Amino acid sequence: MNLRYMIWKELWQRPTSMLTSFLAVALGVTALVAIQNLTVFSEQKIAGEMESLGANVLVLPPAVTLQDYYAADMHGHTMPEEYVTQLALARMPGVENLAPKLCVEATVDSIPVTLTGILPRSEFQAKAAWQGLGGLVNPIGTDRGCCSTVARVDTSNDPNSLATERTIQDLGEREIILGVDLANQLGSHPGDSLTLWDEEFTVLSVLPPTGTIDDGRMFAHLHAVQELSQAGPVINVIEIMACCEDAAGSLIPNLTAELPQTRIVTIAQVVQTQVAVNGLMSRLSWVFFAILLMVGGAGIASVMYANVTERRKEIGTLMAIGASRRFVTRLFLGKACILGVAGGVGGFVVGTVVAIALGPYLLGIQVRPIPMLLAVGIATATFVSLAASLLPARRAAGLDPCLVFNDA
Amino acid sequence: MYELHSVTQNYQRRGQIVTALNDSNLRIADNEFIAVVGPSGSGKTTLLSVLGGMLAPTSGRVVLDGQSIYDLCVDERTSLRSKKIGFVFQSFNLIPWLTASENVQIPLMVNRWDAGSQRHRAEELLDRVGLGNRRDHRPGELSQGQQQRVALARTLANDPQVILADEPTGNLDADTRTQVMQYLQEFHNDGRTIVMVTHDAQTAAFAQRTLRMVDGVVREEPSAQAA
Repeated sequence: MNLRYMIWKELWQRPTSMLTSFLAVALGVTALVAIQNLTVFSEQKIAGEMESLGANVLVLPPAVTLQDYYAADMHGHTMPEEYVTQLALARMPGVENLAPKLCVEATVDSIPVTLTGILPRSEFQAKAAWQGLGGLVNPIGTDRGCCSTVARVDTSNDPNSLATERTIQDLGEREIILGVDLANQLGSHPGDSLTLWDEEFTVLSVLPPTGTIDDGRMFAHLHAVQELSQAGPVINVIEIMACCEDAAGSLIPNLTAELPQTRIVTIAQVVQTQVAVNGLMSRLSWVFFAILLMVGGAGIASVMYANVTERRKEIGTLMAIGASRRFVTRLFLGKACILGVAGGVGGFVVGTVVAIALGPYLLGIQVRPIPMLLAVGIATATFVSLAASLLPARRAAGLDPCLVFNDA
Repeated sequence: MYELHSVTQNYQRRGQIVTALNDSNLRIADNEFIAVVGPSGSGKTTLLSVLGGMLAPTSGRVVLDGQSIYDLCVDERTSLRSKKIGFVFQSFNLIPWLTASENVQIPLMVNRWDAGSQRHRAEELLDRVGLGNRRDHRPGELSQGQQQRVALARTLANDPQVILADEPTGNLDADTRTQVMQYLQEFHNDGRTIVMVTHDAQTAAFAQRTLRMVDGVVREEPSAQAA
């Protein structure tokens, strides 16, 4: 028999107080783990959604509003194309991708279509090389490490990247990409030819469905669209894929300072709200954790004091027959340690299960266990449990062994 | 050998000083069997506590084998107790959630015996008190007499030189009382010193020497007049 055996056996002899103490600690850890899980995976989901959303910052001519743009980006206002180069060379932290566009009306086989001129990334690279700055801007954003979610910059020439990343690596001056709805309407397939402004274009690709207005559009090289529509070196918009954190922070003021003649609009409110909600949830989880652990600590202290009172004669007997004060202290602190570790593990398991069960229903997220929370839960729960048991343990060790005698 | 030199023990109760031991002097030779009798509140239990190294007297010295035990620190007195002194209690003081064998192993555990030796020694002692077949029973599953025999086995675990017994037969019927006293007699015959507090004259009659306590003062008394 040893001290550990005695602690373990005593714990199981008083299952009610053991369960009470266990729950007191586990509840705090459960709250922390559940909320932290939901927060972390919610943040990941938002980051993913922001990424799939495409551009989250728009540079528009001053007279255009965000509503105008999303209602129909055929607003007719333009701004110089050189702004694109200016932004590319500015190397602002948080800018992951630039997508300048010019939208014009055109007809194909008497069918009215919206033609969007886009600038492939190879054009940025060429301009940067011409100015001796190639290494600094190729590719935009990837060397900055500013995003928690690494930007996907496809260096292959897959035209489908236009649907997900808003840009494409290469696009010939007489090549064209079709949205899926328009391709169906025109009955066109990759490799087919189409005539625009009496010029022959080859269909490079048909984009996969995106569920956006892009499905009904066709895309050609910006310079071809500028030349054939006789619009000149202008664009309607620069779409910017930016990191959520930067979009909600310093990026907008930086963009405004760089291009004061434009209107910078963003879904900053959405971004800020999401970031703020996540931050609030995360901070709240620590507040709940602290409060619940304090309550748990008080509960454990109460149970331990009751335990000491209940076991006075037993402790006195142990001391009378040779148990030292240190032995008695370890008897109680050992018990507290077991309860803390068990509460930490139990809280982690329950909190994770709760988050896994509720995540899809509450937030539409899939939750997986976060091992770091196990370490945090065990360490904190054990610390609180030990701290709460310190005074009861000292009280037990300070008991007068004379109380073992019949009339003491 | 135990010696009490001018031992006084005062308690403070509601602002009043109560004297439990009053300038007591006592000499207990090795292998004596002493009964301490006297009315309730006369200081019998205080005497046992002081002898057991658990209650530092207000004044005076308590010497065991030439060592003034209250000149030792608390932990040293605890260690001394675990090696030289055994206790028998009126209400047995067995730990209810441990088996008979485990209860006997407690003094061995605090003295860091290994698990195998603990078990072996506990079996040996339980056999000696006739409870070899009840070693896995908990106190609640044993009769009062059997519980006191387990307590006697626990007392012997560390082979103590002195046994301090506080009303060891107080909760027992006549037959069991005799049985327990026969065991104590046997332990005395092994060479141990026994100091036993009792109210019962028949129990006191087992002792070689009887001390009567009155108002904190220890007096010699012939065994036949005890209690």
